[in-house]
Amino acid sequence: MTRRIAVVGAGMAAARFAERFQALGGDAEVTLYGAEPRAPYNRVLLADVLTGRYAADDLTLPSGDARLRTGCEVTGLDTVAHTLRLADGEHVPYDELVLATGAEPVACGGLRRGLRGVHVVRSVADCDELAGTAVGARRALVIGGGVLGVSVARALAVRTALGAVSAHSSGDRREAPPRAEIPPGADAGDRQGHEAAPLPVTIVHQAAHLIERHLDGQAGTLLQHRLAALGVEVRTSTRVRNLHGTDRVAAATLSDGHVLDADLVVVACGVTPRTALARAAGLPVRTGVVVDDRLSCAPDVYAIGDCAEHRGRTHGTAGAAWEQADVLAARLSGAAPDAAYAGSRPYARLSAGPLEYAAFGDPAADESGLDVLRIADATRGSYKKLVLRGDRIAGAILLGDLATVGALARAYERDEAVPADPFHLLTSSTC
Amino acid sequence: MTTSGSGTATDTHCPYCALQCGMRLRPGAGPEPVEVLERPDFPVNRGALCGKGRTAAAVLRPGVRLTEPLVRDDRGAPLRPASWDEALDRVAAGLTTAQRRYGHDAVGVFGGGGLTNEKAYLLGKFARVALRTPHIDYNGRFCMSSAAAAHRRAFGIDRGLPFPLADIAGTDCVILVGANPAETMPPALRYFRELRENGGRLIVVDPRRTRTAEQADLHLQPLPGADLALALGLLHLLIADGRADKDFIARRTTGFAQARAAAMAHWPQRVERLTGVPVAQLAAAAEMFGEAPRGMVLTARGPEQQSKGTDTVSAWINLCLAAGKAGRPGSGYGCLTGQGNGQGGREHGQKADQLPGYRSITDPAARRHVAAVWGVDPDGLPGPGRSAYELLDSLGTDGGVRALLLMGSNPVVSAPRAAHVTERIRALDFLAVGDVVLSETARLADVVLPVTQWAEETGTTTNLEGRVILRSKAVDAPERVRSDLAVLHGLAARLGVPEGFPEDPEEVFEELRRASAGGQADYAGISYGRIRAEDGVFWPCPAPDHPGTPRLFLDRFATPDGRARFAAVTHRPAAEEPDGPDGDYPLYLTTGRVVGQYQSGAQTRRVDELNRSAPGPFVEVHPVLARRLGVAEGELLAVTSRRGRAVAPARVTDTIRPDTVFMPFHWGGEGRANTLTNPALDPVSRMPEFKVCAVRVGPAAGEREKRGAVTEAAEPARRTEPARRPERTGPTRRTEPTHRTEPMQRTERTEPMQRTERTEPVQITEPVQITEPAQRMEPAQITESAARSAPGERTGRRAVAGRTASGPAVPGRAS
Repeated sequence: MTRRIAVVGAGMAAARFAERFQALGGDAEVTLYGAEPRAPYNRVLLADVLTGRYAADDLTLPSGDARLRTGCEVTGLDTVAHTLRLADGEHVPYDELVLATGAEPVACGGLRRGLRGVHVVRSVADCDELAGTAVGARRALVIGGGVLGVSVARALAVRTALGAVSAHSSGDRREAPPRAEIPPGADAGDRQGHEAAPLPVTIVHQAAHLIERHLDGQAGTLLQHRLAALGVEVRTSTRVRNLHGTDRVAAATLSDGHVLDADLVVVACGVTPRTALARAAGLPVRTGVVVDDRLSCAPDVYAIGDCAEHRGRTHGTAGAAWEQADVLAARLSGAAPDAAYAGSRPYARLSAGPLEYAAFGDPAADESGLDVLRIADATRGSYKKLVLRGDRIAGAILLGDLATVGALARAYERDEAVPADPFHLLTSSTC
Repeated sequence: MTTSGSGTATDTHCPYCALQCGMRLRPGAGPEPVEVLERPDFPVNRGALCGKGRTAAAVLRPGVRLTEPLVRDDRGAPLRPASWDEALDRVAAGLTTAQRRYGHDAVGVFGGGGLTNEKAYLLGKFARVALRTPHIDYNGRFCMSSAAAAHRRAFGIDRGLPFPLADIAGTDCVILVGANPAETMPPALRYFRELRENGGRLIVVDPRRTRTAEQADLHLQPLPGADLALALGLLHLLIADGRADKDFIARRTTGFAQARAAAMAHWPQRVERLTGVPVAQLAAAAEMFGEAPRGMVLTARGPEQQSKGTDTVSAWINLCLAAGKAGRPGSGYGCLTGQGNGQGGREHGQKADQLPGYRSITDPAARRHVAAVWGVDPDGLPGPGRSAYELLDSLGTDGGVRALLLMGSNPVVSAPRAAHVTERIRALDFLAVGDVVLSETARLADVVLPVTQWAEETGTTTNLEGRVILRSKAVDAPERVRSDLAVLHGLAARLGVPEGFPEDPEEVFEELRRASAGGQADYAGISYGRIRAEDGVFWPCPAPDHPGTPRLFLDRFATPDGRARFAAVTHRPAAEEPDGPDGDYPLYLTTGRVVGQYQSGAQTRRVDELNRSAPGPFVEVHPVLARRLGVAEGELLAVTSRRGRAVAPARVTDTIRPDTVFMPFHWGGEGRANTLTNPALDPVSRMPEFKVCAVRVGPAAGEREKRGAVTEAAEPARRTEPARRPERTGPTRRTEPTHRTEPMQRTERTEPMQRTERTEPVQITEPVQITEPAQRMEPAQITESAARSAPGERTGRRAVAGRTASGPAVPGRAS
């Protein structure tokens, strides 16, 4: 009988696993069980579905010859009997199980629930709903100034500035390609040629500066300036205490006492691994489903992607998820039965119009024994930083000018010894 | 066509690359029997010739070329002159002995992409009819096979360019991928220059900033082996930014949804990581290409000579199809073919899996057709044989080929993992080589057959455009030299097949026409007379009254439904990627050519003028890497891969990536680049991965052999010799940013080309950015925060080095 591999989840990790498994000549019947009603798609690009750059249907990812069971939620696992329970009560046997359940948005503590106009952005459906609310919205509030919050804030601002059509449309959807975006440093007057009135957007962020997980204060401030040029206001070191409104949200109270009008709210306070199924099945769970270097958490059970915790870390990035999927596909297909996952070095990359940075490792590291090199160019609004521990890169930031991102990423990824004059990693000497 | 101007001048074509430049030969007064002249009326090169073509007559000199058959009395004995009868008897005996001992399949034939159509055709027939072996392949497998496979997958037919070369000048945007025509086919550069003069844009994709790249509007410099990801990333951006041609996709293609999904798996930031090319540059390229009304993508060996070459070319074709830039005038995908008859050589049965007319050897109808032309039983025709590397790898092994006839190829220099291939060749029971010169491979032969060369014979080749052209005999060969066709005639007769192997090329061509009739590469309507009258005829040309087909696909693609096919391809790493920075093989090696030499150098290394411009191998090293390794310009470097070790002087230049070294592959001996290359094969085309492998590099003197070192000796006899220190070929001012132009300029000055189409250095883009980094940093505020860093001395030095980037270099740290 054909070997059956059940993949719980049909997101990016699942699709990559299925695609690689087939490409590597794996011999098994692979089934992806996804709660969402659509085939696997590229979640990384969701913010640009909001800007109208991508039609939702364009995001579909390859998944090899795997069987797709979409709109099919798995409600229970029996790892002893090797069966899944589905929402409709069906029990499905498997030989090997891959958990790729991903992550879900964290609810911001204490916020009033049930108001219309409050959204998260984790799926195409979320984007559809948000796009609907955005039509006619007067003022938007984004709670959380991490990568997602910044991306969504920019998307809401740009989207309205461009007069973007609904994200639903898939035909001749685009009136202006993104290159028509406001250039960095342009003032608001540049936007007046666009028909739709710009949607004022405010980001409220608890930490002292934006994206504090990737950026230091100086970079966060520069990013804030760039957002301001797009019409996005940023309030840091404060948080939303509560939301107000009768049926639809109308305002928010901040911890510093300010009240902000807002009829559109996006909650972007981060995500957390989706582990309920694993926990209920008695699999090892801490922050995520705990896996070893084989990506295994129990006999015949594996976990990859945002739901997995490896060597104490949940990565939460598509890059790490795909590296894990590649390793597992190599193992289970037989192409490299001994393949092992050794972790992924933290790397963050935002490329959203004028908001561009790459951040490596811990660029805000602040301990003795580190060499720090900074190049700031106020005219261009660029900022570059290299943090060295001995001759190795402990962290780095490129913001605004990413000409050397290739060389820097490679040196960082390979943990290369950096020469005594490492300027080639920060400034480009070639075109 | 003989010109009327000078009664004895003969119009013919260059013996070297796939441009097949028109040239005129006049009997020579000096030591060379002919003199090379311009032939301005031939459309492809319009009179221009590069240094190689202009000096081609030097290889006709008696002291340079072979003038009589050579045989070896036994393996230890030297080659000695012999009569043709003795030599041919020996070859026939060598082949039949092996067949008697081991079976029919124990003999093989290895051909070349420089052979005329007539020779390639007859060689294939010789293998299948006279030897009855399936094992015939040729060095074109090392050049053209990936583009050929992708071409057929997408368009249903494989012709290098679907349009005449001159169309390049009239399009709006060209993406040139892994191609360096400035050095490999200089006379073609005219069209790229005209493109830009006409307002068109040139994008060059190459890990090296080649002379070609320096003329580009945009140069993308990806990691070796990352071309596939790059093409997918551009397709992604084309779709994302609304520049896909939906109407064209709907009307003229199939498979877009799957290709789009594959592209979605290669979003810009991921592609940046895979290729090292910043997102902004990807976007600029996608916009430039997408916005151009018409556009072309042209690939050469860079993307093709990879273990994923077929998929890589498919990805570039996808980009053309999605942009609606195919099957329309002024648009399309094309491959810049390398060898002189790289196109025709793959059409007429010299390939292990093909019969004449680009027919499949496994197709019963094709077998019946060709068998009828040959007058043999279709069931008696062998099936597909081994691909080039697999054939060479099998030599002298159980079940492998034991006796080999090799014509027009020099695998000792040109095959991947060349030391191993040399070992396999040595293990043969019998080797016969037909060649113009005593090549490195011929030196290993039991019998060497001296054959005529370009100026001494007549025959057709098919250039990179699919234009069938005619080389005409201008001068008699030395008395004891025979044509390849005569060799096959003589051998076939000795093997008991006296009929069917004519010595007259036109007679062979007439048979080729019949054999190709109805096939994809249909030559049925082409004749020597028409070629002379029409400056060549483009195939397919099914009938004498058919005009030929300069432009393919304008109405339909050559697929059953007439639509081009997208291929859903996904990026994958090279078969061998560098290991960690402290590993045994931390760097990429990529290989290629220089303007002064051609392929394995068998011909060009015998021309003094060319040797003066390109005297020997070298290793291109970036100044950052040179500093890390502590090596200087001209210093001998040892480059070591899992397959062997090569030694050549360093050439320090910032035209190369710091994580990559480059070696030209024209030389044998200790500087042989192919000692290092990886024979990992593309699963579809069986193309070896010449363009990417992992190496370590260090000074050759005092290099300590690391663990996992040389496993195969390159040239066992030579390895014990102390490394000779070559004379310094350049200044030691090695680490300055301006240095990049040094070696190139030096070459340029001594370069023997006269009428090459190299454009003025004025066109080099933005030299300011390259040579004056200090200027770029002017607005920048360089701050040095040594706040908590203990060794202030070190940080300080760094600041100095950075601020005065054009000043003296910081001493390197040996790694």
